[in-house]
Amino acid sequence: MKNNTTNILISGVGGQGILLASEILSEALMLAGFDVKKNEIHGMSQRGGSVVSHIRFGAKVYSSIIPEGEGDVLLGFELLETYRYLPLLRKGAKVLANDLKIFPAPVNLGKAVYPNDIPERIARHFPGSTLVPGLDLALEAGDPRTVNVVLLGALSGSIDIEPGLWLEILHKMVPERFLAVNLKAFELGRRTASATGQAVQEGATA
Amino acid sequence: MERAILSGNEAIARGAYEAGVKVASAYPGTPSTEILENMTRYPSIDASWAPNEKVALEVGMGACFGGARSLVAMKHVGVNVAADPLFTLSYTGVRGGLVLVTADDPELHSSQNEQDNRNYAKFAKMPMFEPADSQEALTFTRLALEVSEQFDTPVFLRTTTRISHSKSIVTLSDPVTGLPAPSLEKNPPKFVMLPSNARKRHVLVEERLRKMEEWACEQPFNVVEEGSGAVGVITSGVSYQYAREVLPEATILKLGMVYPLPKRLIREFAARFETLYVIEELDPFIEEQIRAMGIEVRGKDLLPICGELTVGRVRQALSGETPPVYVEIEDSLPQRPPSMCPGCPHRGVFHALNRLKAFVTGDIGCYTLGFMEPLSAMDTCICMGASVGNATGLSKVLDEEQARRVVAVIGDSTFLHTGINGLMDMVYNQSTSTLVILDNRITAMTGRQEHPGSGYTLGGEEAFRVDLEQLCRSVGVEHVQLVDPYDLDLTRRILKEEMARSTVSVVIFRRPCMLVKRDPVKRLPALTVDAARCTGCRACLQLGCPAIEWRPEEGDKGKAHINQLLCVGCGLCPQVCRFDAMGECHEK
Repeated sequence: MKNNTTNILISGVGGQGILLASEILSEALMLAGFDVKKNEIHGMSQRGGSVVSHIRFGAKVYSSIIPEGEGDVLLGFELLETYRYLPLLRKGAKVLANDLKIFPAPVNLGKAVYPNDIPERIARHFPGSTLVPGLDLALEAGDPRTVNVVLLGALSGSIDIEPGLWLEILHKMVPERFLAVNLKAFELGRRTASATGQAVQEGATA
Repeated sequence: MERAILSGNEAIARGAYEAGVKVASAYPGTPSTEILENMTRYPSIDASWAPNEKVALEVGMGACFGGARSLVAMKHVGVNVAADPLFTLSYTGVRGGLVLVTADDPELHSSQNEQDNRNYAKFAKMPMFEPADSQEALTFTRLALEVSEQFDTPVFLRTTTRISHSKSIVTLSDPVTGLPAPSLEKNPPKFVMLPSNARKRHVLVEERLRKMEEWACEQPFNVVEEGSGAVGVITSGVSYQYAREVLPEATILKLGMVYPLPKRLIREFAARFETLYVIEELDPFIEEQIRAMGIEVRGKDLLPICGELTVGRVRQALSGETPPVYVEIEDSLPQRPPSMCPGCPHRGVFHALNRLKAFVTGDIGCYTLGFMEPLSAMDTCICMGASVGNATGLSKVLDEEQARRVVAVIGDSTFLHTGINGLMDMVYNQSTSTLVILDNRITAMTGRQEHPGSGYTLGGEEAFRVDLEQLCRSVGVEHVQLVDPYDLDLTRRILKEEMARSTVSVVIFRRPCMLVKRDPVKRLPALTVDAARCTGCRACLQLGCPAIEWRPEEGDKGKAHINQLLCVGCGLCPQVCRFDAMGECHEK
């Protein structure tokens, strides 16, 4: 009983800047004229724990939490935390994953093993998925802290919002002295995702 | 009109501003904290952190007795602390409007229980509004203050985590004008709650509820959304959103006020349907009241009492449909529990308590994470301040050897909240326990809020800083020690000495939280591991530091590695490494 709401998930590890990315996204969606709801959990779960932000938009949104199996797009800031939320996605959903591993405590303690084939597992379920070299692109933009904006740029290609509006929001929400580097980070992310997306498509038709 | 995308908490702050609230007070608690933080945007509101929820409510009451509108906010369990003044405030009623925001936490995202505070409305005989999104959070805050004055009653505004922390679009308005100026006005029969006065007030309270019940049948916040079919739904708050998504065609009676219920309206509504569902989170609060009216409903026979509702859970309860799972992942996937930050000043203390085999009565804060592996040094955690009394009680019943192992651990903000009372009891009744105060100069867990021991106000202005050492001495503690928790040897030695002592002692471990923004802690260069010296003994892993990574594939037994992006150079790991493998710039 799927309604006309589009469902976006942003997942990662507490402290990675997920909150800011989801703020920018929902602000952009509001300005684009959609009804928007967004939800994430604060408090205990922030201290380096697993974090997921839900963003829903459309003509009219009810629940702010995305029902299981109805996610349309997943943007993962970390590989394990991308994989963890795959069950929330529908068949044919779009996955964008930052190519980064952060070991959780049980792995650091030697009590669990970090799976090393996560990109392959994701690709198996979601063939159109994209692996984004977030840190490399952030460094290319000029600041490793802009990984979240790189990833937002990568996500922007999957959302029906005019490019000009994204830039308007970045101008509004990013402090002046960080603006240039963030605009570059956004552009690098956007280009990478669209290039990969095309490659996948060409591969499929070949 | 200006629109904005606001969280429920931001919307409540905005609503208070638009309603002309003069005073707002709170103690931080997830998911309520951001309400007061956002009040600082509005200079017309005097917003402050109180040391606990009872004081916060009493401050709000004072402003209300002076004729001003006030708002008090707390998490669900905070209302337990504020319950004493609350129940009698219900008798006195108000002068200026007073709204108490209770932010409940179904699913226990960040709480020690998931009590349903709608029960407080019935218990304290106060009306309760329940918003279903941010727009209603704003509108109902304004409404609650008007209703408070109209019916001479304090009013609850109840949110849940998914309302407090969800953002949705709201329309902003200008603040009201023309509210009366605050003044002194004597009225002892109304405000002095001696038995002879209170008996009369109780009669008025019952009358007030009856009037509101009838009034509520005609109000737009209790609304019937017409649909089709033979099924009727009664719901409120966030549950409305799930009901609407699962049953897009159903006729829904959406209650904006969950107490007192509009009984006539419900009776008329129920008569129209063969099947009536009550869709509500946690307790069957609405359901039981409707059943008591002699109306048959489906509710908790289908829906869970424990945990929060979701679209999936409501759908499954009503139709038996399970979510359309496309991808399943293995249960064995490594979990990612929250942990203390790299450089957290609490880490070394718990490492030492673990080594000393202490039995730790714990408390509420970031340091509750000391219960987790590998620190595993917390044995009880109940509520704010409980650590102190729990330790006293334990030490009363144990033999001397076991009693010595009992240590109460509490944070600075929690100690000032309700821990100090327990310490007075410790001294007064000659407890033999040891009290550890982890003084990181901030209320850290809820996101770094100021308190009377931090030296700053909510607005960021400098304030008197409670002297914890002097405070402990003044209640009669002779042995008060101040220790830097980064010095692991000293930490262990002092704890051992004080645990052995047969009178009360207090050890204050002082070091600011790594995340304090106003006074940033200087980060030292990241440390490194000398792979040639690391024997793979895993002693450093026992610190549970997120920056120390285990590489099982290196060497014979595996080796430790320090993540250069996470390490802040706190210097704890070199103190536990017997092979001198950890330090500055070993590996290049």
